[in-house]
Amino acid sequence: MDILVFLKQVPDLVEELEIDAGGTTLDSTWLRYIPSEYDEHALEQALLLKERHGGTVHVVTIDIGEADDMLYSALAKGADSAGKITADFSDGASSTRLATALQDTVCTHPYDVILTGVQSIDDVEGPTGAFLARGLGIPYVGSVNGVSVNGDAGRALVRKEYPGGAFSEIEVHLPALIGIQAAEQPPRYVPISRIRQTKAQAHISEYAAPETAHPTWGRVLSMRKVESTGSAVMLDGDPGAVAQQLVDILQEHNVLR
Amino acid sequence: MNTNILVYAERLRSGIPGIVYELLGKARALAEAHGSDISVLLPGPATEEEVASFGAAHRVLIVEHDAATSPTPEGMLQSVHDAAALTQPGLLLMPATTLASDVAALFAADTGARLVTNCIDFDITHDGITACSRQYGGKILVDVLVDSTPAVLCVLAGAFQEQEGCVTGTPSPVKLPSPVLPDQRMRATRFIPPAPGDVDLAQMPVLLSVGRGIQNKENIGIVEELASKLNGAVCASRPVIDQGWLPLTRQIGRSGLMVKPRVYMAFGISGAPEHVEGMKDAGLIIAINTDRTAPIFNVAHYGVAADALDVVPALLEALENVVQHT
Repeated sequence: MDILVFLKQVPDLVEELEIDAGGTTLDSTWLRYIPSEYDEHALEQALLLKERHGGTVHVVTIDIGEADDMLYSALAKGADSAGKITADFSDGASSTRLATALQDTVCTHPYDVILTGVQSIDDVEGPTGAFLARGLGIPYVGSVNGVSVNGDAGRALVRKEYPGGAFSEIEVHLPALIGIQAAEQPPRYVPISRIRQTKAQAHISEYAAPETAHPTWGRVLSMRKVESTGSAVMLDGDPGAVAQQLVDILQEHNVLR
Repeated sequence: MNTNILVYAERLRSGIPGIVYELLGKARALAEAHGSDISVLLPGPATEEEVASFGAAHRVLIVEHDAATSPTPEGMLQSVHDAAALTQPGLLLMPATTLASDVAALFAADTGARLVTNCIDFDITHDGITACSRQYGGKILVDVLVDSTPAVLCVLAGAFQEQEGCVTGTPSPVKLPSPVLPDQRMRATRFIPPAPGDVDLAQMPVLLSVGRGIQNKENIGIVEELASKLNGAVCASRPVIDQGWLPLTRQIGRSGLMVKPRVYMAFGISGAPEHVEGMKDAGLIIAINTDRTAPIFNVAHYGVAADALDVVPALLEALENVVQHT
């Protein structure tokens, strides 16, 4: 079974996000990229499928930020091969553009299962996986937190989340594209030493995306930081002083008896 | 510009979720300003009362099929296509749920319609549809212009007033054909209702919720100790559940539980939209987070910009003093 996992980097929200002078993009000067959390779960789910059913896991990303480091980490975790899509992404990497780039490059190989995170923190336009699935003419199910495959029958059984803690089991014909909300177990840890070792031996393929006109979905008019509404009364002081204020508030609201 | 509006009234089992009336309320306001025609797509079977509750709309398109109770993205997608063919919407409004998000993206991919996710506001202007999308974990608002129709908007719960859409009336009921999926590329085999939890979080008056800032599973113990002193229960945001530190039954948010406790204390939770959706209606919200700019402070009544792991022990100690003096 051949599995493709699309990984994406997103800005680290621990860092302060700044908007550039034009007001329509993030200022990349101090932007620190990290792997999208949901994509890390997609990789974990792919590695679990490989362990159960055999086959190969190919990981791919676009060539921005720390792409190589992310791919080496994936290889160190157990992926078999890695590649990155090269193109000028300076004017943005919208979901439809990513889907087109993936379709034109790595997806010319007939993978049995394609996994990616169900969403990322910058998906204004919607999930890349859905657009790619439609382009490839294969089924798509998002918000999945468990996948089992019956290779002989050419089907996968996915567990899709619904609001309020409900689920549905959905049988999907392969090949299929699955948007992962959470893997069946937390993403595995890989020691830095193993990543370094992998880095010395592994090869990262490059796929040049055709410089065709990519689809546009609209226009960003402006980006704004969410200003504090001032709704929260901030309590200051050392932990002891804050704790006493919290006790007073809880007493006011009759939480303490 | 085509200002016809189609509202997708997603429901999984019974009852109409509040977000549907939020969307109808906004649609009603747009219709008054632009003379828009409003249709609702409702997975059936539908009662007369349910149809009448969509009085803000001109018609209710009812579709009955297995997918209404065991939905699949492709089953629902076909019904949306059918409804769109009938009503020719310039604006398709969908709740930002786990199912509707799939359907919205697939519909956009099929039709070339423009999709904007995580919307908290939108309008019809001379230039097109404008929408405001909450991105980057709720830290950044992105204003976009979609200059062609149809536009598909996935809207976050809580963006609008539910009561604005609660208008009783006599919209025309129209029965849509059940979708036929000849190749059966996907089919729902089982609907799994929410697992009965060890604690019914929806009934607890006090909830203490932990997020990524709690750092590790062991640190949850001290919050549980605090919960027992406050007669509350511990719940969590998505990252904690995904790490396996607490069971799924304790998750609050878009794909977890919606709760309205008297008191909700958030420890180490930044306030991503997916989480805020599930707890914003709590009576009293107290948030403790190291990042003073975290979005959680926009919905909290009281905030503490500090490490929860410093505040919780101090709070336990302060509560000891209260107990000793009462």
